[in-house]
Amino acid sequence: MPDITLRVNGATCAGSPEARKTLADFLREDLDLTGTHLGCEHGVCGACTVILDGRAVRSCLMLAVQAAGSEVTTIEGLAPDGGLGPLQQAMWDSHSFQCGFCTPGFVVQATAFLSDHPDAGEQQIREALSGNICRCTGYQSIIDGVLLAAERNRER
Amino acid sequence: MKLPPVEYEAPRTVAEAIDLLAEQLDEASVLAGGQSLIPLLALRLARPEVLIDINGIDELSGISATDGWVAIGAMTREYVAEESGVVADTVPLLAAALPLIGHEAIRSRGTIGGSLAHADPAAELPAVARALDAEFVVRGPSGDRVIPAAQWFEGYLTTARRPDELLMEVRFPAAGRDTGVSFQEVARRHGDFAIVGLAVSLALTGGVISDARLAFAGVSDVPVRAAAAEDLLVGENPSTELFDEAARRATDDIDPPADLHGSSEYRKTVAAAIVRRGLRAAAASAARGSG
Repeated sequence: MPDITLRVNGATCAGSPEARKTLADFLREDLDLTGTHLGCEHGVCGACTVILDGRAVRSCLMLAVQAAGSEVTTIEGLAPDGGLGPLQQAMWDSHSFQCGFCTPGFVVQATAFLSDHPDAGEQQIREALSGNICRCTGYQSIIDGVLLAAERNRER
Repeated sequence: MKLPPVEYEAPRTVAEAIDLLAEQLDEASVLAGGQSLIPLLALRLARPEVLIDINGIDELSGISATDGWVAIGAMTREYVAEESGVVADTVPLLAAALPLIGHEAIRSRGTIGGSLAHADPAAELPAVARALDAEFVVRGPSGDRVIPAAQWFEGYLTTARRPDELLMEVRFPAAGRDTGVSFQEVARRHGDFAIVGLAVSLALTGGVISDARLAFAGVSDVPVRAAAAEDLLVGENPSTELFDEAARRATDDIDPPADLHGSSEYRKTVAAAIVRRGLRAAAASAARGSG
């Protein structure tokens, strides 16, 4: 089994995952970062989205060994002090969650998108989040939360 | 599902990758962006004994323009091509299709060569390659071969690449200034596979159509050129009547597959509609370009 070293949420992590182990399972099982959720395990639902070297990726669609040397940010890394980040607070204020299973994927995808597109409007946000599936909310409250975060961010 | 046990190789050079392919032949799958292959493994639709991961081969990534062609390295990520000024300026049909591939997170990892080597007939890039007569450069133990798009797509998920060959780059012809393009697709949701898709490229010379290229996605086991419609269009002035007749000819002899997303008849109706839409959009953009 190949040994790998990578940075996860700012900390250096090492492991010896089997080649077939996805990055998602490595984060959850080997690093105990269970905030990254697995819905479909074949790249359709978006629940496992993480930020890899600055871009949103599906962590179920890459092998852990492929992340060697990379910088990974998971949902745990978006609120390092245990509080809420600005996007999380805006989504909280907009009732963007119901069961919460899809939430980490949405928060991570929206974080990556807003950092590249701080001036995004509703249509762009809808498109950016169209690869994430939520079975509870009907999406409207999620879009509202991301829009609110973008507005607050511009006002600051 | 979890992936099945599999051996893993990560060559650093093309030569190493080709040696590995020659050793493993039918037992190996080449792992590029993984956005199609990893799901195939998870669903047990592919069971290679070894994955040859080409992500570490730097020489396979890059976009360069020379002599009227744009060469895109097989490992070039879709988002890189999407953000490329060279692609936007020189291969506008490709630029139009790229944002429609999957979702943002898929394009972060997915590659140009991976999508074209996977050869899903409902995907965007095969239709673009077929419309533009792209060229595929493969390298094997006995050297390089250049395969035209008309011969590359042999069947469902099947290409002319031999098991001991690696796709190196794909070359797209640069569009002339009088060329207008459009990529049309009808899908259940943004980012889903198209029920039917269409790549259109029209060149106008003095207001007359001098070159017409139409290729469908999702109507057969390979991307399909609408040759009868192309023949009709060349030499004519763009008009609603002409585009209506082109839509009839383009869909006369297609027999699209039926599945839970739509019947064969429905796909045919959608195909005719997007031919009209695509031709109108391409003609309008060609007129703007040459005006």
